[in-house]
Amino acid sequence: MSEVAKTSRRKWLLFAPLGVAAGCGVGFYAMLNGMRTGSFDPRGVPSTLVGRPVPDFSLPAMEGIDKPALAAADLRGLGRAAVVNFWASWCVPCIVEHPQLMRLARQGVPVFGVNYKDQLPGAQAFLTRHGNPFTRLGVDAPGRVAIDWGVYGVPETYFLDKEGLVRWRWAGPITPEVFDQDLTPLLRRYA
Amino acid sequence: MIRALIILLLFTTPALAAVGNPEDRLRDPAQEERAQTIGRDLRCLVCQNQSIEDSDAAVAADLRRIVRERVVAGDDDARIIEFVHARYGDFVLLRPPVNAATALLWATPALALLGGILAIRTMRRRAAAAPEPAPLTEAERRRLAQLDETPRA
Repeated sequence: MSEVAKTSRRKWLLFAPLGVAAGCGVGFYAMLNGMRTGSFDPRGVPSTLVGRPVPDFSLPAMEGIDKPALAAADLRGLGRAAVVNFWASWCVPCIVEHPQLMRLARQGVPVFGVNYKDQLPGAQAFLTRHGNPFTRLGVDAPGRVAIDWGVYGVPETYFLDKEGLVRWRWAGPITPEVFDQDLTPLLRRYA
Repeated sequence: MIRALIILLLFTTPALAAVGNPEDRLRDPAQEERAQTIGRDLRCLVCQNQSIEDSDAAVAADLRRIVRERVVAGDDDARIIEFVHARYGDFVLLRPPVNAATALLWATPALALLGGILAIRTMRRRAAAAPEPAPLTEAERRRLAQLDETPRA
């Protein structure tokens, strides 16, 4: 190897740290940007149900609330898109998202509710106070059906297509932004 | 007496500080041990950097109970882990499985070793290939001879 080639390569080596730093910068920027827009979530637990039918389950109706009980059979082949929402009266984000569920129900979208690890009087009072958007409402007091769904906290919402396959899962409250940016396009796509 | 008791307490295992409701623990110590071993490989979905055995989250408590139920029912470890994995996906496993998404992660040690070996080989080869220094010119040789003859102080 000639001396000239060697020194020019050495010179390039000087820029290597700069290159590594620039590479890391681009990578971190992409990560932060993804976290801001929601396309990258390092703490998110992706649902294993997406693309699959809902698991088998059967839940009792809520006493004192005039809505039928909920079972897996009620969610299969509805012929139209629907939403399943896990909620509890002790859950503050559930209060935050409730108006969006009411909005869905007003639009004629079937909203199925699963009341998660709740106490009857609290749940009843919640629905009386904030309104009842649910077409059917099942009570999962031990929280075992929720585990079969892969729920790890309330509120959690699943979007089902016409055939009853899960197309989307949202862990956390449905804010007006989530409604407009996710639910509205989903409803259009799977209408 | 009290001092002796305090000293004795210092040497007790932190079993008393274990997370969760002691009533949920299995009576059979061997089964409980198995359940804990399985639970330590399952990640709490809420705390995320704790196993379900270490976490105080409600979901972790539910999963601990499910693992114990399965242990009592006689399921083997792989089936119990699969039960939870089917519901919560790869995220719940503290030992990530080898698949397309984790291939690079698992290959990193091998890649680092390979890179190191290659770097050492290249450096050795370069050192071996370094050209012999040019022979001394007549003038240099004379100067060297002169220096050699100069008595050292």
